[in-house]
Amino acid sequence: MRYGMLIDYGLCTGCKSCEVSCRKEKGLTLEEWGILVEQIGPKRLAGEWEWDFVPVPSRLCDLCEERRAEGKKAACELHCLAQVIEILPLEDLGRRMAELDHGKVSCFLPR
Amino acid sequence: MQIPEGEYRVGTDDDYYVRTNVWSAPGCHGAACGAILHVKDGKLVDIEGDESNPITNGRLCIKCLGIPEYQYHPDRILYPMKRDPKDRGKNTWERITWDEAYDLIEENYYKVREKSGTNNAVLTLGGTGREATMFYPVISFADFRSANVAAPISGDSCYGPRCMIASYMFGTGYPEVDSGMFFNKKYDDPRFERSEYMIIWGSNPLVSNPAGYFGHQIIDMMKMGTKIIVVDPQITWLGSRAEYVLQLRPGTDAALALGMLNVIINEDLYDHDFVEKWCYGFDELSERVSEYPVERVEEITQVPAELIRKAARAYATADGTGRNCSIFMGVAMEMQVDCVSDIQAVLSLIAICGNLDVPGGNVVGPRASFTGAWRYEQIKWVSEEDKKGRIGEEREPIERNALSNVQSDAILPELELPDDERTVRMIWFNSCNALVCMPAEPQRWIEACKKMDFNVVQDLFLTPTAMALCDLFLPVATFPEHDGIVQIHYGRHTPYLGAEVKALDYGETKSDLQVTFELGKRLNPEAWAQFETIEDFMDDQIAPTGLTFDELRHEGILSFDGWNYKKYETGEMRADGQVGFDTITGMVELYSMHFEQWCGEPLPKHEPSPFSEEANPEMAAKYPIILTTGGRKWTQFHSEWHQVESMRQIDPWPVLTINPETAAEYGLSEKDWAEVYNDTGKARLKVHVSTVIKPGMVHATHGWWFPEQDGEAPNYFGAFKSNINTLLPNDSIGRMYKGAPYKSNLCNIRRVRSLDED
Ligand code: SF4
Ligand code: SF4
Repeated sequence: MRYGMLIDYGLCTGCKSCEVSCRKEKGLTLEEWGILVEQIGPKRLAGEWEWDFVPVPSRLCDLCEERRAEGKKAACELHCLAQVIEILPLEDLGRRMAELDHGKVSCFLPR
Repeated sequence: MQIPEGEYRVGTDDDYYVRTNVWSAPGCHGAACGAILHVKDGKLVDIEGDESNPITNGRLCIKCLGIPEYQYHPDRILYPMKRDPKDRGKNTWERITWDEAYDLIEENYYKVREKSGTNNAVLTLGGTGREATMFYPVISFADFRSANVAAPISGDSCYGPRCMIASYMFGTGYPEVDSGMFFNKKYDDPRFERSEYMIIWGSNPLVSNPAGYFGHQIIDMMKMGTKIIVVDPQITWLGSRAEYVLQLRPGTDAALALGMLNVIINEDLYDHDFVEKWCYGFDELSERVSEYPVERVEEITQVPAELIRKAARAYATADGTGRNCSIFMGVAMEMQVDCVSDIQAVLSLIAICGNLDVPGGNVVGPRASFTGAWRYEQIKWVSEEDKKGRIGEEREPIERNALSNVQSDAILPELELPDDERTVRMIWFNSCNALVCMPAEPQRWIEACKKMDFNVVQDLFLTPTAMALCDLFLPVATFPEHDGIVQIHYGRHTPYLGAEVKALDYGETKSDLQVTFELGKRLNPEAWAQFETIEDFMDDQIAPTGLTFDELRHEGILSFDGWNYKKYETGEMRADGQVGFDTITGMVELYSMHFEQWCGEPLPKHEPSPFSEEANPEMAAKYPIILTTGGRKWTQFHSEWHQVESMRQIDPWPVLTINPETAAEYGLSEKDWAEVYNDTGKARLKVHVSTVIKPGMVHATHGWWFPEQDGEAPNYFGAFKSNINTLLPNDSIGRMYKGAPYKSNLCNIRRVRSLDED
């Protein structure tokens, strides 16, 4: 079954637990990343504050295949302080996005 | 990794997993975050979140994730060390045994006691956050039998004042926002209701996890629909998600809260039933708030009057949903001279709106807490004479009634006295890096502390304080290296009790409890006679739960399922079991007779910071920029973590946040170095230009030193290069000696080439 990563980034607080726990899980150096948290804002947009943290997985992300085979959550999914990361079967992603309905949800389908 | 229920350790002798609840060291507030430690061949190889922990459900912040890197950092001190007092400031430390260390302490303790003729010759200074906060009063009272103990922060402006004010107004412990902590099933328990609005007042709890509250519970509740109102001079991330942001001028929180009370009382939005039954002094409060019409409050706070009205109405009415609302208070409330008033006013808001101890409001624990005693009541080992002779006794009776610490601002002048007039001759720095963190005017502290005959430090790294001042270094165990008990809210509101479980030994480190205990056995054995081991002590601490420490360890975390709301109606709040509150009047004391007696002011009122345009126009002309300090970072806990590479990569330098308009005025651009200065001190930080802050003010991060730099005198790891506390004069404090303007000072700024070059 194909899986994807859903990130409800509208509530991502920029804590970087995903970045740090992934690096630890995958044994990456400080120059490498399996997922990286980018920041947009804070700026005023049409009079309101726009400030997003946007976690973006890299090509090194394999959705923690090994961990999930052992029945564990992916490292980022487990440690995310805002609990906004979910690894889901491909066919469930659309439904879950609609369910969250925050306007700011992203999906990744690593190869 | 999951540990089966009822177990705390699985695996083989040389490859195993241990379940623990985190407190310290390194520093944190003891939110009882759940972690699973993986030990292989005697080494901590990994840490993971524990999904079975009811508060964190597997979540961990980057500091916990970084613990192996912290624990095995090459600079970590693993053995006791001594240094000749003549060599202070030189890296001439020499490894010794614990026995030699205790001998040295004993020898010097008797010497200084003899010289001063009192046990008060020893002053214990406790740092914030770490488990040391539970034990430094005990070291002072039960071991040294000295009354001189404090957390050396100006105006005692930590978590203490709000606890003290809550205890006088409500007769309770800490009124925390309801996060389902009364129930095992937490949010899923039908008795729990989320707040309709939560006001985040002077805090960034997502980052700081203050006082035992795991901050991301707020995100949990936002997902359920809780709306946020933020009171903060800066736009925080939570502010960007808030319904209302009240971006007030620093140091004007009391005026804002009084303005909100004014709206709520005049528009008749308060809870009549609660006020009539349970509040004392409502008429006096109403009269006081009439002095704060919102238009005047707008002038003081710079928050638009209409916004104040909207926020006040939202909080008082919960938009007619029938739900309740809560207020999350940050330490910014203490870090201004209005400390007593702003807390009094905010607690009054909670009370008169009927939001006290109700679902979705601010809730409090029952009288009988989980744990036994062994903290401030240990002052019983101090003689009456020594109690009277302690530092700042003239600032009594407030302290004696409220906290047993000495008033912090009285310490520095005492230390500065000439040798023959001074009582204090020895300082015990308990997880306290005072030169970099906490005290105002650390540049005076360093000189004053150098005058001592003997100084001891308990810490994990050679800090500037250790390097400059101490003669004995006692290495502290990290949380994987010792057993302990996590009492969230420092036992002042403890719906959870967690076992901190030792996973391994490393070097010759010892926990705060172990040192307190072993030293006590030598210096004052009578106090400790009932315990043979520290496990006996922990058993005694948690005896009210009916568990032993070993049983708690197997349990993992204990939650007191089923605390009642509205305990003032059930008699659970008073010692005598009667309904009502545990105060003199049996009611919520909006009008405090205690405060009236101590400072002549029973009610909240706004007074400007001594360092502001209104109070000091002369200074404001010379130093036109408002300086606020101390915003928290994910990567640091006060002055800790600077040597850990993965954290330093994220936050490499101290940061000065400045509005683009003000930056342009001073010729500053992003990443420039700037010097912030006033008549008292100066500090250099890297500029961050952002509109999250208003023009005319700057925010500076705190707690900076540079472990990569020369640690010897006079550099002390660069402890005075970016030290923002050097700009704050000691003893510029609020009424009842509470609150200091860490958040509302004045400064000027200039561009410099670097940390070192002009
Ligand atoms: S799923 Fe695993 S590999 Fe992918 S970003 Fe998360 S932690 Fe890294
Ligand atoms: S761990 Fe979660 S909240 Fe933290 S930065 Fe990553 S996605 Fe955002």
